[in-house]
Amino acid sequence: MRLPVFILILLALSFSNAKAEQLEVCNSCEYKNIKTAIESAAAGDTVVIKKGTYREFNLQITKPLTIIGEDHPVIDGEDRGEIITIESDNVTIDGLKIINVGTSYTTDYAAVRVVKSENFLIQNLQLEKLFFGIYLEKAKKGKVINNTILGDAVEEYSSGNGIQLWYCKDIEVTGNKIQKVRDGIYLEFSDDILIEDNLSKDNLRYGLHFMFSNNDSYENNIFENNGAGVAVMFSKFITMKGNIFRKNWGPASFGLLLKEINDSEISNNNFEENTVGINIEGSNRINYNNNDFRNNGWAVKVRGACYSNIFTKNNFFNNSFDISYNSKLNDNSFDRNYWSSYTGYDLNKDGLGDVPYRPVKLFSYIVNRTPETIILLRSLFIDIIDFSEKVSPVFTPDNLMDQNPLLKPVSHDIN
Amino acid sequence: MFKILKYSFYDLMRSRWSYVYFLFYLLLGLVLLFLNNDLSKAVITLMNVIIILVPLIGTIFGVMYYYNSKEFTELLLAQPVKRSSIFLGQYFGVSLSLAMSLVIGLGMPFIFYGIFNSDAIGNFALLLITGAFLTMIFTALAFVIALVNDNKIKGFGYAILLWLFLAVIYDGIFLMSLVFFEDYPLDRFSLAATMLNPIDLSRVLILLKMDISALLGYTGAVFQKFFGTNQGIILSSLMLVLWVSIPLYLIRRISTRKDF
Repeated sequence: MRLPVFILILLALSFSNAKAEQLEVCNSCEYKNIKTAIESAAAGDTVVIKKGTYREFNLQITKPLTIIGEDHPVIDGEDRGEIITIESDNVTIDGLKIINVGTSYTTDYAAVRVVKSENFLIQNLQLEKLFFGIYLEKAKKGKVINNTILGDAVEEYSSGNGIQLWYCKDIEVTGNKIQKVRDGIYLEFSDDILIEDNLSKDNLRYGLHFMFSNNDSYENNIFENNGAGVAVMFSKFITMKGNIFRKNWGPASFGLLLKEINDSEISNNNFEENTVGINIEGSNRINYNNNDFRNNGWAVKVRGACYSNIFTKNNFFNNSFDISYNSKLNDNSFDRNYWSSYTGYDLNKDGLGDVPYRPVKLFSYIVNRTPETIILLRSLFIDIIDFSEKVSPVFTPDNLMDQNPLLKPVSHDIN
Repeated sequence: MFKILKYSFYDLMRSRWSYVYFLFYLLLGLVLLFLNNDLSKAVITLMNVIIILVPLIGTIFGVMYYYNSKEFTELLLAQPVKRSSIFLGQYFGVSLSLAMSLVIGLGMPFIFYGIFNSDAIGNFALLLITGAFLTMIFTALAFVIALVNDNKIKGFGYAILLWLFLAVIYDGIFLMSLVFFEDYPLDRFSLAATMLNPIDLSRVLILLKMDISALLGYTGAVFQKFFGTNQGIILSSLMLVLWVSIPLYLIRRISTRKDF
């Protein structure tokens, strides 16, 4: 019974061996540099690069190849331009260390660029001193996994993005670690993208930046200490789950910026110590549930033109302002959230406060009007006027309240 | 002067009120730490208390002490002692014992909790220093008021009014003027208005230390720039010292001219 299977495997092995040749690149090998190895390889071959330093750039891959680095060989571009360009389907790149990508003000040089290709796999790369890291251009069905990108960006205009997707579809970006570039991950016109388990921190501008990209989801990522946090703009049907946004702290920073986002889901995220947890502008029909907001300046800042958003089962802990509105109109609903500054009571012991909670304070309204007044934060006078406004709302939206504030925080699993 | 200072100080140390005051702060510190379990959080909560309560207690205690020891003061005045040293001695006795109750009462629980091994030590030290300053300022102001008014009720009334003005009404006027003149650049004005009120100045100093400056946006940047530099720190400490020395000067002046 076993014999036919064995033969089959043997056959398959020998067949693939016969077909896919392995080319080795090292100082003492047949191929001394990567370019000649790639040029002389046939479609389906594997190029193995041994440990060493290779000063090369403009490596164009125009046939299905597997390029594997052993012990992370270094490809040094010497700041002369783009390093690897993939223009073929079924290409795998694995285990290289690429440094010194050229900086240009007219061309977006990348460490690895994929152009109009399918089924690619880019993994275990280490990119340093780069302009753009991994640039996917009109690519489909590929994976970008476990890469480490460490930039040295100083100015926004002279730096590039860590992973950039432009007109892409069905791509998985998983387990990457991106630091000190302009935008950690940037998506433009890219649909059905899954972004998972990435760490994006210390970037100059955004940890993650979405533009005109629909049906994407990002889950369990960590965005920390980025210049302006995460921006999701002009997109639909986005799922954001289990992400951590923390320490995006500065005069113009926020954890998450939503602009013109519709029909999306934001759940189980953790917003910690951001100047603004979520900044919402022109976003409709979004469900916010099971999120934690801790120690933010503003937990949620609603800027206007936001309709039919639902906030439920979120925890608001120790934020300077829970919700801020700049108008009296409200079409969003808040229900069954936990607010740490809630002072009501629960006589019938059903776990829900008997007095509704008003998350918008008068002071936040005043600060919206005259930003300078924030200097009076935590003053006794402000507490007094907040209290009087709470008793009888005049300036804040009077229908904006949580009718069933929870007395205990919602317990949900956040990793 | 030091003899009178010593006498007032020991007198107050033995009195029930400074024990109550001390125990109050001890309890406050313990309860806050017990409930919060987080040093920096406790420091923030403490700030709210210090900004409001310390001036109030300083004011009331100062006025009360002056009126209570009036007979003794009159007795002293009959002796060949300089007037200014009598009143300044009394003042320093009161303010030092109050400041000590505050610093020790709050310091003890935090030290047991390990403030020395925490990052919050700087903030906490600032908190205690501003607290001590506020005590000195408001006790001095209370003495001035009590010296001017022989009528106890009037003196108490004015003292409370002064506290109310600086703690609440001033901020109200400040807020109104900010909103009213919102079309004009206001950062210099708000900086000046903050500097002029010791309660606001202490509050802003502590707030900026608490890393809340980013919240303040553009205005915050201006404030951070001002208070973050040595010049700003020197200027604001100078302001606090000024707030102590002007009432002290007034105490001297009024006490030498007053007809007892």
